[in-house]
Amino acid sequence: MIQAILVFNNHGKPRLVCFYQRFPEEIQQQIIREIFHLVLKRDDNICNFLGGGSLIGGSDYKLIYRHYATLYFVFCGDSSESELGILDLIQDLVETLDKCFENVCGLDLIFHMDKVRYILQEVVMGRMVLEINMNEIVAQTEGQNRLEKSEGGLSAAPARAVSTVKNIGLLEIPRIINTGDLNIKVPNPSQFV
Amino acid sequence: MNLGCVEVDGRGPTGTVPGAAGPFLLWMPAKYISQCIDEIKQELKQDNIAVKANAVCKLTYLQMLGYDISWAAFNIIEVMSASKFTFKRIGYLAASQCFHEGTDVIMLTTNQIRKDLSSPSQYDTGVALTGLSCFVTPDLARDLANDIMTLMSHTKPYIRKKAVLIMYKVFLKYPESLRPAFPRLKEKLEDPDPGVQSAAVNVICELARRNPKNYLSLAPLFFKLMTSSTNNWVLIKIIKLFGALTPLEPRLGKKLIEPLTNLIHSTSAMSLLYECVNTVIAVLISLSSGMPNHSASIQLCVQKLRILIEDSDQNLKYLGLLAMSKILRTHPKSVQAHKDLVLQCLDDKDESIRLRALDLLYGMVSKKNLMEIVKKLMTHVDKAEGTTYRDELLTKIIDICSQSNYQHITNFEWYISILVELTRLEGTRHGHLIAAQMLDVAIRVKAIRRFAVSQMSALLDSAHLVASSTQRSGICEVLYAAAWICGEFSEHLQEPQQTLEAMLRPKVTTLPGHIQAVYVQNVVKLYAAILQQKERAADTQAAQEVTQLLVERLPQFVQSADLEAQERASCILQLVKHVQKLQARDVPVAEEVSALFAGELNPVAPKAQKKVPVPEGLDLDAWINEPLSDSESEDEKPKAIFHDEEPRHAKQRPPEADEQELARRREARKQEQANNPFYIKSSPSPQKRYQDAPGVDHIPVVQIDLSVPLKVPGKCVPGGTGDGGFRPGMPMSDQYVKLEEERRHRQRLEKDKRKRKKRERERRGARRHSSLHTESDEDITPAQRVDIVTEEMPENALPSDEDDKDPNDPYRALDIDLDKPLADSEKLPVQKHRDAETSKSPERQDIAVVEKKSKKPKRKEKKHKEKEREKKKKEAEKSSVTPPGRVVSAGARSRGGSAARAAGSVHTRGADLDFWLSTAPPAATPAPEEPGVNAAVAAPKEEREEPRGEEQDAAEDGEQDLEKKPSKHKKKKHKKDKEERSKDQKKSKKRAPPREGEAEPVENGALDEEPLPPMSSYSLLAENSYIKMTYDVQGSLQKDSQVTVSVVLENQSSSFLKNMELNVLDSLNARLARPEGSSVHDGVPVPFQLPPGISNEAQFVFTIQSIVTAQKLKGTLSFIAKNDEGSTHEKLDFKLHFTCTSYLVTTPCYSDAFAKLLESGDLSMSSVKVDGISMSFQNLLAKICFHHHFSVVERVDSCASMYSRSIQGHHVCLLVKKGEKSVSVDGKCSDSTLLSNVLEEMKETLAKC
Repeated sequence: MIQAILVFNNHGKPRLVCFYQRFPEEIQQQIIREIFHLVLKRDDNICNFLGGGSLIGGSDYKLIYRHYATLYFVFCGDSSESELGILDLIQDLVETLDKCFENVCGLDLIFHMDKVRYILQEVVMGRMVLEINMNEIVAQTEGQNRLEKSEGGLSAAPARAVSTVKNIGLLEIPRIINTGDLNIKVPNPSQFV
Repeated sequence: MNLGCVEVDGRGPTGTVPGAAGPFLLWMPAKYISQCIDEIKQELKQDNIAVKANAVCKLTYLQMLGYDISWAAFNIIEVMSASKFTFKRIGYLAASQCFHEGTDVIMLTTNQIRKDLSSPSQYDTGVALTGLSCFVTPDLARDLANDIMTLMSHTKPYIRKKAVLIMYKVFLKYPESLRPAFPRLKEKLEDPDPGVQSAAVNVICELARRNPKNYLSLAPLFFKLMTSSTNNWVLIKIIKLFGALTPLEPRLGKKLIEPLTNLIHSTSAMSLLYECVNTVIAVLISLSSGMPNHSASIQLCVQKLRILIEDSDQNLKYLGLLAMSKILRTHPKSVQAHKDLVLQCLDDKDESIRLRALDLLYGMVSKKNLMEIVKKLMTHVDKAEGTTYRDELLTKIIDICSQSNYQHITNFEWYISILVELTRLEGTRHGHLIAAQMLDVAIRVKAIRRFAVSQMSALLDSAHLVASSTQRSGICEVLYAAAWICGEFSEHLQEPQQTLEAMLRPKVTTLPGHIQAVYVQNVVKLYAAILQQKERAADTQAAQEVTQLLVERLPQFVQSADLEAQERASCILQLVKHVQKLQARDVPVAEEVSALFAGELNPVAPKAQKKVPVPEGLDLDAWINEPLSDSESEDEKPKAIFHDEEPRHAKQRPPEADEQELARRREARKQEQANNPFYIKSSPSPQKRYQDAPGVDHIPVVQIDLSVPLKVPGKCVPGGTGDGGFRPGMPMSDQYVKLEEERRHRQRLEKDKRKRKKRERERRGARRHSSLHTESDEDITPAQRVDIVTEEMPENALPSDEDDKDPNDPYRALDIDLDKPLADSEKLPVQKHRDAETSKSPERQDIAVVEKKSKKPKRKEKKHKEKEREKKKKEAEKSSVTPPGRVVSAGARSRGGSAARAAGSVHTRGADLDFWLSTAPPAATPAPEEPGVNAAVAAPKEEREEPRGEEQDAAEDGEQDLEKKPSKHKKKKHKKDKEERSKDQKKSKKRAPPREGEAEPVENGALDEEPLPPMSSYSLLAENSYIKMTYDVQGSLQKDSQVTVSVVLENQSSSFLKNMELNVLDSLNARLARPEGSSVHDGVPVPFQLPPGISNEAQFVFTIQSIVTAQKLKGTLSFIAKNDEGSTHEKLDFKLHFTCTSYLVTTPCYSDAFAKLLESGDLSMSSVKVDGISMSFQNLLAKICFHHHFSVVERVDSCASMYSRSIQGHHVCLLVKKGEKSVSVDGKCSDSTLLSNVLEEMKETLAKC
């Protein structure tokens, strides 16, 4: 069974966090941090398995991860999961994302985080792998997106939301974030990466 | 795909405005987020659902960043219940992120989720299922289990697979749902959609992993899936599952080896290969050592693993080593051949691979290579950069050396020097480990003490090195051992005075307290030894000097911060001062001082204390003194202690007792301890308790494992006792390695000489077993005569304590027997209108509450309660004799549930499993032993257990004879047999094929009063010298006019049977389903060939028009039998008998529905009565269930209602009543012909009871 699926970047910033066991938010962040430090130490040319140890679930659990350019995909699974199977699954997941977002890049995970979660939900459900057939996953995701479109989607909402946001002054931030072209002037870069 | 290449977090893609406000948050510094949360709160207050959804979406991002969003739970529920999928999905996503069992608003979602589950849109349902899988609680599981179960048969595979998968969560939270839902879950294993099938495999594998024994009966099904599926993911799951099942059923393992080996050879997927190897290993372990001819399989595994380990892919290397260590446990020899590879992996750049290799080394050492391996490890210790890895190396070295009572160590001096070398490691956390080893070796290996003491004194001398840099790091722990060893075995010290001074250095006070305490204690031991030495030499001057030294130095310990050290020091200081006084008067004191430490300490086994039996009449829980009342404040006591203690420290008290007094007290204490059962005595047995001489003769001594007692006579072993040949001080363990090699070489020469002599002698004498030339492990004699003192255990030690299972294990609740048929009380709670069940709902809810309170209700208890309830009900009802219909409906209302259980399906499965396991042993395994053994075992069993009619037994005997010795007159006999059989078939077509190895069905139900006879649904179809056919007819509810005939073909000859073809003469009513394009006269080919002694099962589908009458079809099996002499074309005729009961399908029916069915009144009625029945009612019902595919709806005493359904949807209801010696069966059915035929068949069955 899969205990958690984590995606974070080379700086340890979470990009996708999915725990299938309840942990309080602080513990979640702590786990992410610790796992990040564990995998960061490892070269790309050493094996992709790690004992989960005390982090999650104890000795029966192991971490299986893959590193893509700037992102780490980490699955935490127990002994009923095949290590090599999960590695393939990660690859499949990434390829699926690639198909859904047409040449996926790290930013897709930020911009479409909800969509990424919906895709993940088609792959893994309730700690178990639901579907591994990539075409099926893509088809179902697209089906849901079509449905969303036919409902008018959230597209009506953002306009409204943005205006709400404006009204209540969230866009004071443009002093820092220029929404016009989304160039962000970072006051302290280390905080953002 | 360029994942991440563009990920420049500070900069977004120009020109795009993200859909939701979420992404902004990721770029936002923490201080803005609190502001942002305020604004989200504003948005949540708005009525517009889109705004709300957007806000919830943002919260989801925030949650990922580590902010608690549970405060918005109610808003999330609002968004979940939006009508639009777009919003609903956002709501469920947020809920799946932040809801958990403690979320109190979660109970508000039940109805919303139920609505979504039954939504016409598959995505609504899907999103609800996904969400639910994350936050399902016991309440939700109970309330929604039935809805989800319905979804398992949804038309859309998308829903089906999700529903199947979520069932696992439901089972976990609501274990009562497992049994009712399991049949359907099992069906899904054969779902046409691969996704659904995979989901079902997932769930069942996960269930089975936790409680494998309940799922053994599914093995045949999984076996079929394994041999037919091409989905690697499913295959991996199944193969892993088999790995968990084989330990429970070794026969399964035998059956698995061949297909697994085939997979290993054929698959290109590494993941599958790896899992196959793993399971083969598990199989081999389960088969234990009794199977000699599995070495080929082990070799194959080891070979494949070697390929993995040699691969450049680090992942494969890692897994290869991991699997190798599993083989190592049972077949160390085959792994040891690859030592080179493992040692090579120790140099790998990847730490996790090095660690795995270390694990392997543990099992690879022998007397021969221990030194070499440890030497290699020591170089790694020097090289290792990370402390974790170095610590791991250190523990491994110690583990390797100390394993199984130092089995592999031939030279303990070498080991001690290794330990000493290890103390020079900086920053290790494992000082205490080294210390424990030093102590253990020094105490238990008597021969090494002299050497150990010299090493330890050197260590004490250089204590500053050990203790300085790494004060708190733990390595100073070794000083604890060093001090103790030097003190305890001070008689071996060369320079006791020097060691004494080393132990009294001022620097010592910086050591941790407990080490100081040991120092103090052992200083006195040393002191006693020196005194004795000096007095013997009549050197009073020196003796007084030593005393003076102690008097001067001990006060530094009196000021120690550690209480223990302080107390001991002040005690001893007084003692020494007293001695000083005596010495001044020229009184010899050495004897008395050393008497303090007379006797020897023996090692005590780690569990010894726990195993001291509690003597009779002792109540450990009783108060020794009644506790004082609470009113006495507790803070007074400590105060009193302090008052007492402070003055004591301030002024030095005069010695309280003189030496004699001390001795007297000691004696008294010894006496007391001797009588105290809880004191671990220093002598091993009570008889020796009073032999208080300090002798060591009674210490139990075991010789180190020396299977070949080859002693080197009169040989002075170099590097023996003492440190001759070494520089004084720290010896290098490497020197030992060299010396040891030389020693062994000499030894070998010596032995060769002797062998030659021996051989000459042997040549003269009778021929004995040849001796091996290679140097085996046992040939190496230890350098010293090594005695290992055993650890002591108290007398009458209790037997070893079992390890308790974790009572909090959530999976224990799922340890449920799934083969037992469902009782009618076991069903999923269905939502109903309240008024419809006014009379029962409170009761029902009571149960629910009880169940909820005691989180994991014990099934037995529940059953018991139900039984009681049932009893009460009965008492209320028994006043009037009720007509049959009434009883049923009344019973139906008393839904507390009957205790009746139809045992039928247990037996189908149990027996089928055995049958499956006993047939078709794979060609690789030794074929002859299995069927023979099984048949032999089965035969007496059946005779004993099956209370059948004589006629039948006779027939069976005949069959067995026939099987055991295929007689020359087989044709004739076969005919006779067939006649008998056809007679039998009329009565009961279900008979056990004689060669089945039927074991007692496993059942853990508490309510079954007596064991049920084994039953099998397979009956003989036809048989000749070549082949035997048994068959079973099964209807299926899905296809309303089809039945499947499963025919087991068993090759009884020594010929190879092929081109088998089965053909029947179709009747108007029944025809064989043939492949498309073939005419009615063509046969259906059997899809396999049969090597000698093998059996296999083929299935044929028949289409039936009318099912109300029984019928027979004539048919022929044609085949080609090929043996050495050539091939012949053979035929075997048979008659397929379709009884009416074979059209019935076991269908559970709940008492409510049953009552309604009867009340509806459109059923025709018929009845039969059979006299002279002695079988118990329980078994009778089981028989009816099994042979006639009924299920028990309700049972009250000796009356039971039963239900079944035909494949065409006819309801068949029965009321079975048992009288004194008779049984009456009343039936109601929507078709009167069917009913009368079924009852007729049933009468035949019952007549045999």
